[in-house]
Amino acid sequence: MSADLTRLAGHELAGLLAAGEVSSVEATQAHLDRIAAVDGELHAFLHVNAGAIDQARAIDERRASGEQLHELAGAPVAIKDVLCTVGMPSTSGSRILEGWIPPYDATPVARLKAAGLVPLGKTNMDEFAMGSSTEHSAYGPTRNPWDLERIPGGSGGGSAAAVASFEAPFALGSDTGGSIRQPAAVTGTVGVKPTYGGVSRYGSIALASSLDQVGPVTRTVLDSALLHDVIGGHDPHDSTSLDRDWPSFAAAAREGAAAGDLRGLRVGVVRELDSDGIAADVDARFQEAVQLMTDAGAEVVEVSCPSFAYSVAAYYLILPAEASSNLARFDSVRFGLRVERPGQTVEDVMGATREAGFGPEVKRRIILGTYALSAGYYDAYYGSAQKVRTLIQRDFDAAFAQADLLISPAAPTTAFKLGEKLDDPLAMYVNDITTIPANLAGIPGMGLPMGLGDDGLPVGLQLLAPMFEDDRLYRAGAAIEALLAERWGGILTTKAPLLRDAAAGGSSGTDRTEAAR
Amino acid sequence: MKDKLMDFDRALELFEPVLGFEVHVELGTRTKMFSAAPNPAHPDFHDVEPNTLVDPLSLGLPGSLPVVNALAVRHSIALGLALGCEIAESSRFARKNYFYPDVPKNYQISQYDEPIAFEGQVEIELADGRQVTIPIERAHMEEDAGKLTHVGGSTGRIQGAEYSLVDYNRAGVPLVEIVTKPIFGAEHDAPELAKAYVAAIRDIVLSLGISEARMERGNLRCDANVSLRPRGQERLGTRTETKNVNSMRSVERAVRYEIQRQAAILADGGTITQETRHWHEDTGTTSAGRVKSDADDYRYFPEPDLLPVQPSRELVEELRALLPEQPVARRRRLKGDWGFSDLEFQDVVNGDMLHVVEATVAAGAAPQAARKWWTGELARVANERGVDASTLVEPAHVAELQRLIDEGTLTDRLARQALEGVIAGEGSPSEVAAARGLQVVTDESALVAAVDEALAAQPDVLQKIRDGKVQAAGAVIGAVMKAMRGQADAARVREIVLERASS
Repeated sequence: MSADLTRLAGHELAGLLAAGEVSSVEATQAHLDRIAAVDGELHAFLHVNAGAIDQARAIDERRASGEQLHELAGAPVAIKDVLCTVGMPSTSGSRILEGWIPPYDATPVARLKAAGLVPLGKTNMDEFAMGSSTEHSAYGPTRNPWDLERIPGGSGGGSAAAVASFEAPFALGSDTGGSIRQPAAVTGTVGVKPTYGGVSRYGSIALASSLDQVGPVTRTVLDSALLHDVIGGHDPHDSTSLDRDWPSFAAAAREGAAAGDLRGLRVGVVRELDSDGIAADVDARFQEAVQLMTDAGAEVVEVSCPSFAYSVAAYYLILPAEASSNLARFDSVRFGLRVERPGQTVEDVMGATREAGFGPEVKRRIILGTYALSAGYYDAYYGSAQKVRTLIQRDFDAAFAQADLLISPAAPTTAFKLGEKLDDPLAMYVNDITTIPANLAGIPGMGLPMGLGDDGLPVGLQLLAPMFEDDRLYRAGAAIEALLAERWGGILTTKAPLLRDAAAGGSSGTDRTEAAR
Repeated sequence: MKDKLMDFDRALELFEPVLGFEVHVELGTRTKMFSAAPNPAHPDFHDVEPNTLVDPLSLGLPGSLPVVNALAVRHSIALGLALGCEIAESSRFARKNYFYPDVPKNYQISQYDEPIAFEGQVEIELADGRQVTIPIERAHMEEDAGKLTHVGGSTGRIQGAEYSLVDYNRAGVPLVEIVTKPIFGAEHDAPELAKAYVAAIRDIVLSLGISEARMERGNLRCDANVSLRPRGQERLGTRTETKNVNSMRSVERAVRYEIQRQAAILADGGTITQETRHWHEDTGTTSAGRVKSDADDYRYFPEPDLLPVQPSRELVEELRALLPEQPVARRRRLKGDWGFSDLEFQDVVNGDMLHVVEATVAAGAAPQAARKWWTGELARVANERGVDASTLVEPAHVAELQRLIDEGTLTDRLARQALEGVIAGEGSPSEVAAARGLQVVTDESALVAAVDEALAAQPDVLQKIRDGKVQAAGAVIGAVMKAMRGQADAARVREIVLERASS
């Protein structure tokens, strides 16, 4: 029974829980067993919730007492370590926060708990969400369940790998420049970056405040929509949180799946994201996806966003600038790591702590950002980057005048090998070219599977919608997912290799299934 | 190291002083500038244990976010309007980045290029009635830092301390910083002008009801910028910034001191270092603080966690309509209401006692009685102790004291004793009187018995009185007052003495 439960989509499991056919304790235990079996190899989790079973039992008792529970109540969820959680360490993948247990829950976490979801634990990530491979975690990399020698994407590689390997049906991620969508692409899962302000950032350990957005990570579009419905909406604790009535994203996903076609939808292919730097096999899957959408009745047009050429450069000024300020608070005075020797001044201790507690990528970006904000350079760097941001927003405005949705590959390549780009920061940065523009403009985006590359590894499609129109992603995404599932005989993750039980001595677990094309 | 000082008048012959002030006002809202943590500048939260008025934001915990206190914005706009400022249609918060252990996020949320209020002026009045216009550059909103206590070491400064304690209660208290433009032409009045300006800001803040504005509590803090330029020179001299001068008196003294100190250096051919100076109340001197160069780089950038503050014009006009009268107009009105002579009123103003006298009158005392207490006994004690009189007692206590006299419960002398107890923190005047057993003895039989006893003890005096030498009664009255430990009405005792002597 346990193995079966982990293979269910989140909404299927939730249906069994709601019907009383499965208890939350059973569902939670099945996933904890799966984590125990495969996470030794994967390292998707930094911390497993010791209280999960007790929390699951409490949900079962409430259900037994006849209480009307949320439709996802009792379902397990994995939480990216960037989010503050009462009772569980929250390190943002950094040594400087090792063992730090926050006194408060991030708003998305509080909303998950209020809905009765059961936290399984905290997932691995690049330190302070700086990276595209999860190799920059201070606690060691996460591996891609499709190929343990490959990266699971980043920064949210832990959440994506957990979902892709059936350790969790639901997970939370955060997306500053693609940290939800790119891991989804390379693990064959679904991830959504909501409209900026759609989900509260309160309690999300800030990387770049004007870019960060928390969102769902799942195996199906409907599951992401269900999770988004739970965590989204206005939060008075976050001044940038939008105060508006959002439609039900789950309803949008169900409509899209039921429609089975894309008639009436105008889809724009972004010329600038469909050319240089996109691997041939990724481009081939993308062209097939365009054809699939055309066949389903969508009207496909080409749009141009010329300012996207500057997006990576602008992003790597704005992000480090904000991060250099956001990370200043890690100074050993009030929380986290402290490195001190007798006789040292507070400056010495702050310096030694930050030297020991931050990894090289974090230091690199703090230095970049400090420089970009310095008097005399501000206008040339931060100021210019903000202007680029405006230009990118205008490009999107123009593109959305011609199309309801924009599409592109979600990542330029399939998962690269661990270590392959670790010594070449620029190569790592350029990897985010497809996802960064959405963060700069604040618009919502989704990553979802569109097949396998020549190497048998997942390839992701990116959907982009105008500000506030997140429901379009779910409607179209669910339709595309349904069409592809029909072609493949199931969603892509069912093609993922079955990881062997690491504890039983299995090591590589990478039996390749035939490519889904 | 003792600074060399030049005679003040001589300094003014050689140099022109140019002043500038940065006054920080803590707003007395219930909650902090950017979070719901209680605000220690609100009367309900005074004198609490360190680090008890904190929340995730006050401690700069990871993931915490600021949310603007709407009431603090209203107060800031009202203050801006009272300073004659324009109110920005769109105003923005910015991060001021610097590492210091009392700044929990290692950046302060402040305002940089888009302050809430700008371009104003304040009319102030000097002791002799002359009015001076102080030009205001801007007033902006920001959050206060925590408080450091340096333990060990001799100076109480961070250098040389063994360790330091941090209290984050104050971190996040709403502040408005009011910055003047350079003030020229103050000349010999520079020290007095400094004091009068801070007093004017204090009066405005009090009349708006947005802060308790108590300097000794740090509700109102003044940084005084002073520079000198040789007579006839166009270019401004190098300035120093004397920090956190915590009384009106000290503002005046600090400006005078800096003029004398800088003049001595410049006259010797030296140069002034651009730096902050610390004011030392005990010695009446300043000492060098942090060197402040124009290269200080706070890496300001717009605060991405907050939206711009865009007050509607309706709100601005609503607040403008609610503005109280300007300080100069207020003075005119109070002088008329109270019926003080020019001399009496000037006494009050020079003693910086306008607001305490007003509060004492509001608490029920007659204006003349209120004036006498503050410019008399309280001014004397304050002067002895080198503090502002307003820090000694609450105006309501002074009014109560006067009421006890008016009711005949206390004599003037007993009232002064009671006041001593109030100043010592023993409670209200009634409480002190009860605790110390201060009360006019009105029990006639006790007085008669005491008089009879005194007369019996001094038969010669009794005889003199009977012989018509009434002034001899003084010795008996003195003995009775002594026996009554001063708690009798001397006039009544005299009547009884004469009565009993003649019976």
